[in-house]
Amino acid sequence: MSEPVEPDTSRRLSRRHLLWGGAAAAGVGAATAAGVSIVGGIAGSVAPPSSGAATTADFTPQEAFEGAVPFYGTHQAGIETPAQSNAVFVSLDLRDDVDASGLRRLMSVVTDDAARLTAGQPALADSEPELAVIPAQLTVTFGFGPRVVELAGKAAPAWLGPLPAFGIDKLDPAYCDGDLLIQIAANDPLTVTHAARMLLKDARSFALPRWSQSGFRRAAGAENPAATMRNLFGQLDGTGNPSPGTTEFSEAVWSTDVPSWLEGGTSFVLRRIAMDLDGWDKIDRLGREETIGRTLDTGAPLTGTVEGDEPDLETKDRLGFPVIPAFAHVRRAKENEAATKMFRRGYNYDDTVLTGAESVSNSGLLFAAFQADVDTQFVPVQKALDTLDLLNTWTTPVGSAVFAIPPGCQEGGYIGDTLF
Amino acid sequence: MIRTKKSFSLIAVLAAGALALAGCSTTASTDGDDSMESTATTLTTSDTWVKAIDSGMTAAFGMVENPTDHDITIVSATTSASDMTELHETLENESGDMVMQPIEGGFTIPAGGMLMLEPGGNHIMIMGVADPILAGDDVTVTLTLDDGSTLEFTAPAKDYSGANENYEGDDDMDLDNGDMGHDDTEMDE
Repeated sequence: MSEPVEPDTSRRLSRRHLLWGGAAAAGVGAATAAGVSIVGGIAGSVAPPSSGAATTADFTPQEAFEGAVPFYGTHQAGIETPAQSNAVFVSLDLRDDVDASGLRRLMSVVTDDAARLTAGQPALADSEPELAVIPAQLTVTFGFGPRVVELAGKAAPAWLGPLPAFGIDKLDPAYCDGDLLIQIAANDPLTVTHAARMLLKDARSFALPRWSQSGFRRAAGAENPAATMRNLFGQLDGTGNPSPGTTEFSEAVWSTDVPSWLEGGTSFVLRRIAMDLDGWDKIDRLGREETIGRTLDTGAPLTGTVEGDEPDLETKDRLGFPVIPAFAHVRRAKENEAATKMFRRGYNYDDTVLTGAESVSNSGLLFAAFQADVDTQFVPVQKALDTLDLLNTWTTPVGSAVFAIPPGCQEGGYIGDTLF
Repeated sequence: MIRTKKSFSLIAVLAAGALALAGCSTTASTDGDDSMESTATTLTTSDTWVKAIDSGMTAAFGMVENPTDHDITIVSATTSASDMTELHETLENESGDMVMQPIEGGFTIPAGGMLMLEPGGNHIMIMGVADPILAGDDVTVTLTLDDGSTLEFTAPAKDYSGANENYEGDDDMDLDNGDMGHDDTEMDE
């Protein structure tokens, strides 16, 4: 369900025609005085505007922008979907007076918005419909915090709530928790922004944003989409991820041992990790590679030659020291990894620098991970990294949130309908 | 909750008559004739919605298409939200302001044509709303056509801060203002 699909021709046609439609509609508006018959009367007479012909005629959109990801399905899109270049994660707090019925109405409205926008169509009552016509593989993924589950009167999985406190955390409540998560991702930042605006407007009478975090990867088409993303330390980030479409992925991500409303869903952890780029600058390349246990260029473990090689934690150098040091990030993560890994789908962030600050960067990683069970797949790894990981010297978790991602829905239903 | 696959973006295409109409989400009942001979016996609606409101006046919007081979006029409408509904057009008055008023004789949609009901344009005016129409609520709208048949559709309510149409005769009136109520004496018949 999350594979990008070639849109049908009629929709592509319609998108081109929307550009003309703007002109045509303006004409209709100006001519309202003539009555509705004018609308029918223009049959066959719609033509592209002659001026400013910006046009679509000699332009072939690329799949990364033209393509739409199906919204409806067993699972929500935006998880197994190949990661798009831009994403915003928004956490909302429900207003105090929202009850179960309000929750249903909210999810019904935002589901409808998401279904339309991801198809490259304006939402109902979209006041900027022209911004909606490039789907750019937009996905909108919803997640629930504990309060939503409680409002619906259902049982929550044990892992739904704040993570255990870690020694390295310097959490800012401005980047933590929330009742409703909306992950909006697409290969075009304007598409992301418009979708976010539309969804937040429609959520406004039910819920207000608690925080919003934007992230990016390389632009769509800039590199092989199968390539592991690079973080702002220059490291490949997400090596060893379960591959979408495989049994390993399904087992790693889709929850089974959970309350029935969550079956076919998953869990989502978002950690905002501030990265000290100035401090990292002081480390030479060898030091950087030993810190992580991988080479920077290919991402291969120090004991291997290609990114996909399994790190060999036993190999010693000629002096008898482990080639992958005891403090190396990859060793700490590897030794404590569960049989089923988490699936990482992170984004870089690079926010405005603080006026007058010595540091010229306010950057980091939105470490986003989906896993069937937070307690067995995420927490043990994070605990190990907490106690000994040299990388902690330059990285600080400043935000943390956990959400339950309900399953997908079918047309006519809405995300979260399994709660009711 | 999308009731049809038909999209806003198809409007221009449909207006151009470039596409055959396929599928419809609306149910039509013709007095004394329940048989559905073809899909093109009456109007179809899509992308319908109602502006959420606490009380007072609001409006229903969407696209109405006439896939038949004859002109069809919508002569009146009723809704589940109140017992007072009018078909409105928006026109420019003598002083250049855009104002809305009941449309004389209803909306006639030519064969193969369509009617856009949209903020700032033609719309189905819903007046005297006593109970709040909350975002995500469904409002049922029933159109009565010139052949006596009716056409029913469901319109979800959405929060919308636009649609500040002026009523002819009252520059301050807008759809948000429930206190204004509706007064026939203010109407420009």
